[in-house]
Parts: sequence; C-alpha cells; structure tokens
Amino acid sequence: MLTLRPRPAAKPASLVRGASAAGGGALAAPWRGRGGVRVRRGRPPVVVWLPAVLAGLLMLTPLVYLVIRAGESGGDVWGLVLRARTARVLANTALLALAVAAAGSAIAVPLAWLTSWTDLPLRRWWAMAAALPLVVPSYVGALTVVAALGPRGALQGSLERWGVERLPTIYGFFGAWLTLTLFTYPYVFLSVRAALRGLDPALQEASRGLGHGPWRAFFRCTLPQLRPGIAAGALLAALYAVSDFGVVTLLRYDTFVRAIYVQYRASFDRTLAAALALLLVAFAAGLVLAEARLRGRAAYHRLGGGAARRPKPIALGRWRWPALAYCASVVGLALGLPLGVLVFWLLRGVSGGEGLDGLATAAVHSVSVSALAAAAATLAALPVATLAVRYAGRVAGLAERVTYLGYALPGIVVGLAFVFLGANYLTPLYKTLPLMVLAYVVRFLPQAVGAVRTSLLQVSPRLEEAARGLGRGPAGATWRVTVPLTRSGLAAGAALVFLTVMKELPITLFLSPIEYDTLATSVWNATGGGAYGKAAAPALLLIAVSAVPTLLLVARDRTARVGRD
Amino acid sequence: MTAVPATRASGAEDPTTAAGPALRCAGLTKSFGAGPVVDGVDLVAERGDFVALLGPSGCGKTTTLRMIAGLEEPDAGTVEVDGRLVARPGRAEPPERRRVGMVFQDYALFPHLSVAKNVAFGLPRGRDRADRVAAALETVGLAGLGERMPHELSGGQQQRVALARALAPEPAIVLLDEPFSNLDAELRAQVRAEVRQILGDAGATAILVTHDQEEALSLADRIAVMWDGRVVQDANPEELYHRPVSRAVAAFVGDAQFLPGDGLGRRVATELGELPASGGATGPVEVMLRPESVRLALAPGAPSAPGPGEDAGEGDGPGRPAGASGTVVTRAFYGHDQLVTVRLDSGRVLRARLGTYGGIRPGDQVTVSVRGAVLAFPRMG
Repeated sequence: MLTLRPRPAAKPASLVRGASAAGGGALAAPWRGRGGVRVRRGRPPVVVWLPAVLAGLLMLTPLVYLVIRAGESGGDVWGLVLRARTARVLANTALLALAVAAAGSAIAVPLAWLTSWTDLPLRRWWAMAAALPLVVPSYVGALTVVAALGPRGALQGSLERWGVERLPTIYGFFGAWLTLTLFTYPYVFLSVRAALRGLDPALQEASRGLGHGPWRAFFRCTLPQLRPGIAAGALLAALYAVSDFGVVTLLRYDTFVRAIYVQYRASFDRTLAAALALLLVAFAAGLVLAEARLRGRAAYHRLGGGAARRPKPIALGRWRWPALAYCASVVGLALGLPLGVLVFWLLRGVSGGEGLDGLATAAVHSVSVSALAAAAATLAALPVATLAVRYAGRVAGLAERVTYLGYALPGIVVGLAFVFLGANYLTPLYKTLPLMVLAYVVRFLPQAVGAVRTSLLQVSPRLEEAARGLGRGPAGATWRVTVPLTRSGLAAGAALVFLTVMKELPITLFLSPIEYDTLATSVWNATGGGAYGKAAAPALLLIAVSAVPTLLLVARDRTARVGRD
Repeated sequence: MTAVPATRASGAEDPTTAAGPALRCAGLTKSFGAGPVVDGVDLVAERGDFVALLGPSGCGKTTTLRMIAGLEEPDAGTVEVDGRLVARPGRAEPPERRRVGMVFQDYALFPHLSVAKNVAFGLPRGRDRADRVAAALETVGLAGLGERMPHELSGGQQQRVALARALAPEPAIVLLDEPFSNLDAELRAQVRAEVRQILGDAGATAILVTHDQEEALSLADRIAVMWDGRVVQDANPEELYHRPVSRAVAAFVGDAQFLPGDGLGRRVATELGELPASGGATGPVEVMLRPESVRLALAPGAPSAPGPGEDAGEGDGPGRPAGASGTVVTRAFYGHDQLVTVRLDSGRVLRARLGTYGGIRPGDQVTVSVRGAVLAFPRMG
C-alpha cells in the first residue's frame, strides 16, 4: 500500500522550536524556504495585509520612540554614551555573551551526542532532563545560586566547620557567567540534538568504512556537520545572555541591561537610558541576524527527507559510568540545585509558620495577564504569518522581517519604551493592564508568529484552493479547512507565549499596575528585602507551571514520530 | 450506472448552460514580474471533450489552468464556462462560483475529514447529500470506504477520492493538474485508464495539464501544446504526432531525429535518398524521422542471419535509390520492440525502432531507408 499523504510528515524540528521558544528569544521556522509549497503571488486581501501592517508598526513603536527620545537632548547624550564607562559596559556585555556561548556549547555538545547516538542508560529521560533547565526563570536561578554559593550561603555554611570564612565572591562576572551558562546551555543542546538526529548515519558509516576509528569519524565527519547547529544554538544562548535582566541585576554585573536599569532607577532624565537601550538593540540585532543566517544553513542539513534512518547506538562500554556521572552533574547543577534550594526554603518557611498569603492572588494575576497576552499575541500573529506563508511580495517580506527583528528587542527595552510612552503620551493607560498586555505582545509577537507560521506551513494552499473550487468562499474555506488543521498548532503557540509571559520579569516590573503582584514580581520583591524564603513558593509555582507545556511539547514530539494523530 | 449524473445530460436540462462550449478561453494573459507567463492563450473545450494542455515545465500551463479555476486573475483575456463569462480583466468571479472541479497533483484531500466528508464537502446540505456521496464513491469504485480517513488509502485510491470529490457537485468542467505524477510508474498506467473511464462515464468535460507527452497522447481527445506561454499547436493526438508544427514540438512530442536535406518541391533530397515530402518542401530543410519510420535491411553479402532478419518492407521501387548503407552500433531489446542505432557511412547516427524479429546485431552492415512520406521543416542557420 502506498502511503501518499497529502499532509507533510511531522516536522522534525518541533522540539527545538517548542522548547527553545519557551525560554524567551528563540527563533522558529526557517527564515526562507517554504517547503516547496507554491506561494500565491497575488495581492493579499485587506483583512490580511492591514492587520499585518499594523502589527509591524506596533513592533516598530518602541524603536521609533527610543530614537526620538535619545535624540531629544541633542548632541550631549552621545557624549555621555561614548564615554569610557559605556565602553566598559559594552566590553562586559560582549565578554559575557561570548563566555556563556562557549561554555554552553562545551557542556551541551557531549550531552546531545550522549543522549542521541549512544546506548547511555535512560537516555530519553536524560534528554528530557537536560532540556528542562529552560523552565527555570533566570532570576530564580540566580537567586538559588546566590543562596548556595554566595556569602553566608549553603556552601560556605557547610565549609565553616573547617574554618572557611569566605568564598571567592559570586557577584560580578563569574556568578553571572555561571548562572547564565547553567540555564541557557539547553538552547545549544536542543539545536545540536536536532542536528544530530537529522544527520544521515550513512555518512558516519562511510567515514568508518574509509578507515577512521569511531573518534576520528566523529571529529572528522560528524562534528563539522554539526557546526551550524552548534553556532545557531550558541548564538541563541548569547542573545539570551545579552538580553537577560534577572541574572545580571541580582549578581551585579554591569552589562547594558543593568546599566539601563540603574540609569532608569537613578535619574529622572531617561535620555541616557534610551540611548543605551538603542545600543543594546543594535547589539542584539547583530546576534539575531547572525542566527537567522546560520539557522537557514543549519536547517539545510535536515532537508534530505523526513525520517533519517536511526543509527545503531554506539556502545559506551566502560565509558558508561563517567558519561552517566557527567549527565548527572550537569542536570544536578542546573535543575537539582535550584529545585533543592527552593524546596528547602519552602519547608523551612512553612515550618517557621510563614504564611503563603498573597500567593493565590499573585497566581491569579499571573495567569490572567498571561492568558490575555497569549490570546492577543496569537491573534496579532495570524495575519502576519498568513501573509508570510501564503503570499510573496514586498509587504509580506517586510512585515515578517520586522516581527522577526522583534527578537532583538530585550524585555528591558520594550519595558522602558512603554514606560516612556505611557508616562508621556498615554497617561490614562500608564500602569494599566491594557498597556502591559500591549508591551507583552510586542515582546512576544515574534515567538507567536513563529508558532503560527509553522502550523500554517503544514497546511498546503492546495487544500484551501480545493475548498474554494468546491463552492466555499474565502471565509468558509478558512473556517472549514485551515482552522481545524491548524488548531492544535495555534494552541501550542499560545501556550508557549502564555508560559513565557508568566515568568517575564522586566516588563512586568516596569508596567504592572500598582498593587498588581504577579508570581514573577513576588519572587523579585522577596529578593529585594533579602527575604529569600518568601520567594520559594511563587518560584516553585512558576517552575511547575512552566514545566507542563515543555514536557507536553517534548512528549508530543515523540508521539508525532510514532503515529499520526 | 447510478453514478454521478452525466454533465451532458444535466446540462441539456439547464437552459442557462445551453449556450456555448463548456470552456472558452480567449487571449488569456498573465504576467508575474518580468515577461508574461501566459501570453494570449486561446482554448476551447466542447462538452464531453478531454483536452490536454501539454508543455515543458514553466511553459505556463498550470497558470492557465489556475486562471480557468479562478485561482489567478488574468491580466487580459476572458474565460467563459458553459457560455457564461466568468473572468475578464479587472473582474474575475471567485472560484467558488465557477462550477469548476479541480483535481490537484497532491490530491489536496482534507486530512481531517473522512472520505465521505471529503466528497460531501462541495455538496449542498440536504436530504440527498448522503445518496450523492454514495453514488459518487460508487462511480469511482470506492463504495464502502466512506468512513476511512484519506491517509488510510493507497495513492491510487486517494486519486479516485479526489476525482469523486471534484465530480460530485456536477461541475461544468473538471481540471486535472498533473494528477498522475505522484504515482509510481506501474500504478500510473492503471490509474490513468481508470480515470479516463470514470470521466468518460460521467460525460465530464476535462482539462488535463501534463508535461508527459505519452500521457497526453494516450488520454486526450485533443492536445494543446504550450510553449513559452503560448499555445503553439492544438490538434488531435495523431495529427500532433505526425504533423507537428515546428521542430521543437516534434522533438517534444515523441522521439524525433532530424536529417538535413534540400527541398525539391514534392520531394526532399537527403543522404538517405530522395524522400517524398508531405506538404512539400523548398530550399534547405530538416526532415523529421521518427525511429519507427526508419527501415533497416541487411546488406547483401553481409554475414547474415537467415530468414526474417531482412526487413520485408513494401519493396522499393526499382527507380528509387535504396537508401544509404551503415553499420549497426547498438541494439536495445524491449520485448515489444527494439531500438537499434546505426552509424551511416557519412558518420551520422540514426535510431530505428523495429519489430522484435531477431537477426540484427551490432556490427552488421545494413541498408537504411525511410518508410512513407516525411515532414520537412525549414533549416535554421
């Protein structure tokens, strides 16, 4: 029996898309290359292009506003920006990005290889566990690192009986680097794992057949092919490091983000903050563009056909135990440490009679604002993705590119821009839910577009045309054919936005209405007073909520391969 | 047959469809960016016709089909379906109002709907809907498979579901866009015959887009050959094969080889002797030789295999030169026939398609001649 299915087979890259997008600034479907589906070249209808153009303009608002704002003070702001301190901030940021990317790759490549090509015991379990640190919000991670390794932290405490009074300081570069590496290496891990699984094992076998041993075959043949995958993942990690707010603020390392925050907090003249934010956007945009370029090339390796033959697992032999120890220590540090610290605090707090008051309210606030933002972002993503997938042309390309560059808008930049906007022009909206949701939409639209795009790409335009030919109008065809076929993809995309908004920090801090505590702000406020114990319950709740969709995505990825829905 | 009622029959009852042919395209033109992709295409299909649009990829045949379907808007020209104007520049009826059925290359079956629901998709809600679905499925030989999902069917079955779905609303025409290219070679011949049968039984008017000349020749009543956005020839299969309008069409439709010659009015002088020219020829020309019109005869005195190895032929007139001599280079045996390449003494290589009597082997000396009249094209350069 022939198996000619009208629907393309399940996409192999969905694990990477799903889980990395869950972390924040991830890039989804291929940038170009439309899976061989013919693009309609006609003019898109108004109901598609007008909302898409509006969404694109919305994406540009923060940038335009920052440019105006930075230009307001005339020349002297550039004098301020160009002084020596800014150069140091720039160097700090670049160093952190580089170090995080390098260390993350060094951790992730062996992990990916072990969990996909060897007979490592429980390798599926390890693969899932190795991806899970993505669900730990970076500020929660930073908090637990401080608790464990900081002054008067757990490590120092347990060493005290041997007279260790001080540890090397955790604040500054080392702590920020360590924390960000632990919580961003999964980007490289997922990207490399996808590349490994797409790799044709025949190449490795051919290399063996040409007289190379297994190690040489790996280094001479496999590793070079993984290079685009590694680089793409490493760039994502670097982008995360550059845009992250929680870690550098808590661990007091002066990057652009912290400099902007300090500037914002310290003075009423926010011109300098705007100028610094523009520099940060330029920096991030460079990373995003480099990633896009590489991602296109990396995806090329998987084009050879849906299901590559599964290679025979490489027997680890007596290397099995060191390999297990390696996986265990990475997962232990990145997942066990924060969870352990949080659970310890929670138990200590509860036994100390500390109430959990406010937790329920914060949870309700978090869930409702995240749901609103997820719905709004998905709705806004629909026309942009439709335009990008179904129509070629200048408007389509532009709208897509603008939203894509939204990946280069760190949360603090969006937050800052909307604070400016709200305080100066939209005063009735300032510190209200609608403005906060709007800022979330700007921040997470690229992610939503990516998800919608992927699910639309699964529906051949031929199907809509067939429906038209059978007497349905455009709306009928969309409703009867496109919607049912994309529903689960759209839901998954919305879930991703939902969970990312849940743990988002800077926008929430800047724009949440007065007295509107969310889980994220509860954690943050607890760190301010040094009352770390109070952060435990909301932090654990955040992690639990974030873990569910990620686990579902990983599970869906597996079932998609086994059978069809 | 309890099948889908014949379009022809229902058309006769419907006064609005009485006028004009099932399809008439006039001066259809469409550009994407640079030059026109479709450039003034005229095409007419009478009721019950099976017309093939044949051409190499990129010639504009699919775009033409999409303009007929209403999926593209023409820049110029008109489309009439059943005598009703459905497209002119600036005003094109949407596809859902055209009564045009479509069968796509990848079938485009709705993966979330069962076979029966796929077929019912184009039918109005009503009491007889289920009956019409059952009738349509029976027509295509899939009775009882209505509850299956599309992915549970074989490629050939999916093809027939697509056909049933397109035919069920009784469209004025059915458009088929490379419908057989997703099937493997073995299945293709069988499915082609089935589809031809089904369409014939339904009395449907069909337009088939294909780049496969064999498909077009074997299925269609008429073939419109498209080249660079224009219809260069519109003819029945026999005429297209034997009297192509240009050297390029000759080479595209079937296997053709060309021999230089000098036109002498009703005959052409070539290195195979003077050949009768159908339609006449003057000046420098090229003569089209289909391999099956090339005859080989073992040269006298050659180390011959006896008997039927000699091409009996119709016998050459005594006054006519018996062709040129050459040497057999290769021989490929296909069972139903064989393809022999011969190098003439002049160095020119020709292919000859012969019956499968044995005898000719590489190295044999043969005399090469031509059966029947030949077609001559003006020689370029």
